[in-house]
Amino acid sequence: MKRILLVVAVVALYALHQDFWFWRTAHPLVFGFVPIGLFYQACFSMAASLLMWLLVKFAWPSHLEREIEQSESEGERAQ
Amino acid sequence: MIPAIVVFIYLAVVLYIGIFAFRRAKGKEKAEDYFLASRSLGPFVFLFSLFGTNMTAFAILGSSGHAFSNGIVTFGLMASSSGLVIPLTIFLIGTRVWALGKKYGFMTPVQMFRDRWECGHIGTVIFVVQAVLLVPYIVIGIMGGGTTLNTISGGMVPYWFGGAIVAMVVMSYVFFGGMRGTAWVNTFQTVLFLIFGAVALVVIGVGMGGFRNAAQSMLAAPALARLLTREQISPLYFFSYTFIPLSAIAFPHILIFCLTARKMNQFKKTVIFYPLCILAIWLPCVFLGVMANRVTDMPQIRAKQEARRVLATQGKTMTPEARDDLREKAAGDDVIMLLLQRYAPLLLAGLLGAGIMAAVMASDSQILALSTMFTEDVFAFYGGKRRFGEAVQVQTGRVFIVLITMFAYAVALRAPETIFELAIQYAFSGYAALSPLLVAALFWRGSTKWGALATTVWTALAVVAVAVFQHTVPAPAPGPATLIWSLGGTEVLSRTPGGTAVLGFMPVVPMVIVSALLMFIVSLVTSKPKQTTIAKYFSS
Repeated sequence: MKRILLVVAVVALYALHQDFWFWRTAHPLVFGFVPIGLFYQACFSMAASLLMWLLVKFAWPSHLEREIEQSESEGERAQ
Repeated sequence: MIPAIVVFIYLAVVLYIGIFAFRRAKGKEKAEDYFLASRSLGPFVFLFSLFGTNMTAFAILGSSGHAFSNGIVTFGLMASSSGLVIPLTIFLIGTRVWALGKKYGFMTPVQMFRDRWECGHIGTVIFVVQAVLLVPYIVIGIMGGGTTLNTISGGMVPYWFGGAIVAMVVMSYVFFGGMRGTAWVNTFQTVLFLIFGAVALVVIGVGMGGFRNAAQSMLAAPALARLLTREQISPLYFFSYTFIPLSAIAFPHILIFCLTARKMNQFKKTVIFYPLCILAIWLPCVFLGVMANRVTDMPQIRAKQEARRVLATQGKTMTPEARDDLREKAAGDDVIMLLLQRYAPLLLAGLLGAGIMAAVMASDSQILALSTMFTEDVFAFYGGKRRFGEAVQVQTGRVFIVLITMFAYAVALRAPETIFELAIQYAFSGYAALSPLLVAALFWRGSTKWGALATTVWTALAVVAVAVFQHTVPAPAPGPATLIWSLGGTEVLSRTPGGTAVLGFMPVVPMVIVSALLMFIVSLVTSKPKQTTIAKYFSS
């Protein structure tokens, strides 16, 4: 279930990148000088970082690490 | 001249770090140490060098130049989509490649493909396509170096000489320092650029009398107000761009970098902080590139705007050559440097210029990757290592570094395209189309070497086809695209002012989709590798 939610989150964020709703307007200017379209995409980058944190926290491929440790310890024993 | 002197001092520091600071004792040199730093990079160096490797002249000069002409859309096109796609691919693919490299000793992607699909010469075909596509990326670095030194010295250092200096410096520390030297130089450069990028934003902002005023005056001028929106680019084109970052993980230098981590845990920080690093570097570059349009008291910027205006109003009646000439004049690859010249005090302009040089010189990793690929995938694979030994293998790699740098420099002197277009049209699209190779190798048991060959040949043909098409059909003036082929009222193939459109998309979209389909269909009908081989990759 956790994995499905994460996949949905990735797809949703990818879809949110296509923000056609701010396409033809510069208003409002955030902080008085950042066009809304640019501000939205900057926020998108921060959301991407948050999503990556969630992936690392809940879907880290730790089995790969275990395999390496296992093969390294087998190698040491063989020596 | 003071800024140029500061930049030269910076180049000397970089040279020192790369050559001497992390050099190992002579005679103890092993291929794995020279090419992969003995797979021992720590978390800090791994994050910043991997990120720095991806941040080239394209990111700094190309992005601000593109933003100067096209507005804020540049950030959404490449930066924010990269902030999602690149760390995602590092998370899914980079970690797995690292584990396989650690387990089976792979040093290049082709070594893994050869083992995974039990192939020999097909691996060589993949090597050739990868190598040919990597050269433009190296060229970008040298072009960026030439442009930066030329601009920062106020024209005293000619473009050809600036490019030559950058090529020599990069070649020297890659030659002597190998992966360890390259990684530390990249780390130093990335930190430098992150600091100076922020300083540049503040200094230029203050110099312009505040960004509020600049933004308001741009909004007041109709010709400039559209640069604060995204109306110049179609949503389909915008969507197409999200396929471009797929190229990052398929670039051999990125994948080879993934093999240098000491532990898999080191990927965690890289994956999480990558989008923020992109934000920190691209946002100032794009924003400053857009705001440069407001600096009308600089003759160089006025000349660019005038060229853009003439191109838009009279371009349709001009010859293709005259249009190309105007495009070159309107290109904004040097606007960041011009802003520094205009607003930063001399010494600070030098320091900030050094920061820009830091990003521009990212071609080091590509040069090293090409050398690693040549020595491992060709020299060692065809018996060179067995016959001449590991020391000769490393020396061969070094000779290759010299040759490839000289070749890239020669191309940089002749290349007529702007940095941004050159990168996008050839290297990025091609590597994005090669990304199904990695996905199939790591996630699909049923993939075969014939599927891999079909994908690779298709990529090569598609890149050549796009290049030939764009060379044959001249780019139209800004405005509607030139329709070349339609089917049942649908516009299939068009020549746009910036490149090519296939069904309204950038060529990268059909290239990736067909690539993936070919891998799937051809693999379905061809024989699979042995079960024991497949088990090596899908044991858990």
